[in-house]
Amino acid sequence: MIEKIRQLGEKGLDFCESFGYSGMILIRSIIRKPDLKHGFRGLVEQLYNEGILSLIIIMVSALFIGMVLGLQGYNILEKFGTTQALGQLIALSIARELGPVVTALLFAGRAGSALTAEIGLMKATEQLSCMEMMAVDPLHRVIAPRFWAGFISMPVLATIFSAIAIYGGYLVGVKWLGVDSGAFWSNMQATVDFRIDVVNGIIKSFVFGFVATWIAVFQGYNCVPTSEGISRATTRSVVYSSLSVLGLDFILTALMVGGW
Amino acid sequence: MNNFVTIRNLTFKRRNRIIFDDVNFDIPKGKITAIMGPSGSGKTTLLKLIGGQLYPQIGTVEVDHQNVHKLSRNKLYQLRRKMGLLFQRGALFTNISVFDNVAFPIREHTNLNEAMIRDLVLMKLEFVGLRNAHQLMPSQLSGGMERRVALARAIALDPQMIMYDEPFTGQDPISMGVLVKLIKELNDSLETTSIIVSHDVAEASSIADYIYLIANGKVIGQGTPEELNKTKSPHVMQFLKGLPDGPVPFHYPGKTLEDDLQLL
Repeated sequence: MIEKIRQLGEKGLDFCESFGYSGMILIRSIIRKPDLKHGFRGLVEQLYNEGILSLIIIMVSALFIGMVLGLQGYNILEKFGTTQALGQLIALSIARELGPVVTALLFAGRAGSALTAEIGLMKATEQLSCMEMMAVDPLHRVIAPRFWAGFISMPVLATIFSAIAIYGGYLVGVKWLGVDSGAFWSNMQATVDFRIDVVNGIIKSFVFGFVATWIAVFQGYNCVPTSEGISRATTRSVVYSSLSVLGLDFILTALMVGGW
Repeated sequence: MNNFVTIRNLTFKRRNRIIFDDVNFDIPKGKITAIMGPSGSGKTTLLKLIGGQLYPQIGTVEVDHQNVHKLSRNKLYQLRRKMGLLFQRGALFTNISVFDNVAFPIREHTNLNEAMIRDLVLMKLEFVGLRNAHQLMPSQLSGGMERRVALARAIALDPQMIMYDEPFTGQDPISMGVLVKLIKELNDSLETTSIIVSHDVAEASSIADYIYLIANGKVIGQGTPEELNKTKSPHVMQFLKGLPDGPVPFHYPGKTLEDDLQLL
């Protein structure tokens, strides 16, 4: 029993140590004088790798999720004779929850895992060490542009996701199942509040982008530099990011909805 | 003697394992010093201690009369500009070309224009015989070529000291000969201080001015190649002649075969 408590304490200490270390890494990476000469090019490259290359999976997923939502929503609303509220149902679900959350989960799986594996491999092949010996700080040159690119990409990807998902819902609801187009869009416009629904969704996606990218770069930077170590770090990156996104979504929703 | 690196009373442990136990090294300026020893004896660790990537528990490491482990981050980075390190596996950046790899430290630390950088990079690549390979990607290079590109990158800013981590390991005889020639030429022409960490006795001895032999955390022999060849120490003899058994046993320490097979 005592041994079990000791092990639990040890794990707790390990968690605190690694949380503190990851915070230090982040602060050392991002709090410094901007270096436009080298930093801008690195940022653009990473925006391409993390943002543009994630577009396909985000767009395809958004279309299908919107279509499924349209189908399910129609079936439920039809029972109450309120199919004209389909636009409102789809838009609110997407803008408030599905847009930021699903985009963050896909982002963690697509870009986050790639970031962890890339940084881990750079560590295993001594590229980070080599950079240090050339008097170039890898936190500045490798970690910072990747972090900022993830932070910037996520809200943009989430916005694109939401737009395409709503269009997917429109295709199924209006074009296939025959909901009135005017009712679909006007109900949506009447009920979706820009500040409460859209802006809160964008704030969520900024937070998720921050957390998912932080976890991904830290797991890569801190991994054991072997093939097994990189594989474990990549798995941890996706698992921790996904759980953090879901947990934070609850906290943020509670704060944004309020009234409790 | 005028030393570029002075190491005093160095003790370094990893977990409970002692890598260095109160050792001293003097690396003279402008000379080639070889640090030799069996695998796992801490040769690469020594280079990381000199470069300030690892911190010793006890002792001091001075490079160019500055205590490496007492410097601030900025000062340490300034000192590192005087050093070049050729990594065991080259450590080329795999996402950029040979040219960009060699240009990397120049672009980072100077404000030269691209035309000047191009000339400098091509001169460095010319020195290692790979000027015409400047547009290739690292994945298109052989092991020997990778190491030569890494050498061109290490000398891009004309450092005062170059450290070579196992430069001959895994090289075919031709590549090995090329690397030996390049290290010697570099030392002679630029008068750089060179530290070669290696367990390739013949190659390292052929160009080294002074050799340190390390094993079990201690310096077990030191001197010029000629002096070491004359030594009677069984430890030194075993290493230099490549004898399979001796003070460094063939068998990993533990129970005897009889005990394990329960023959007694």
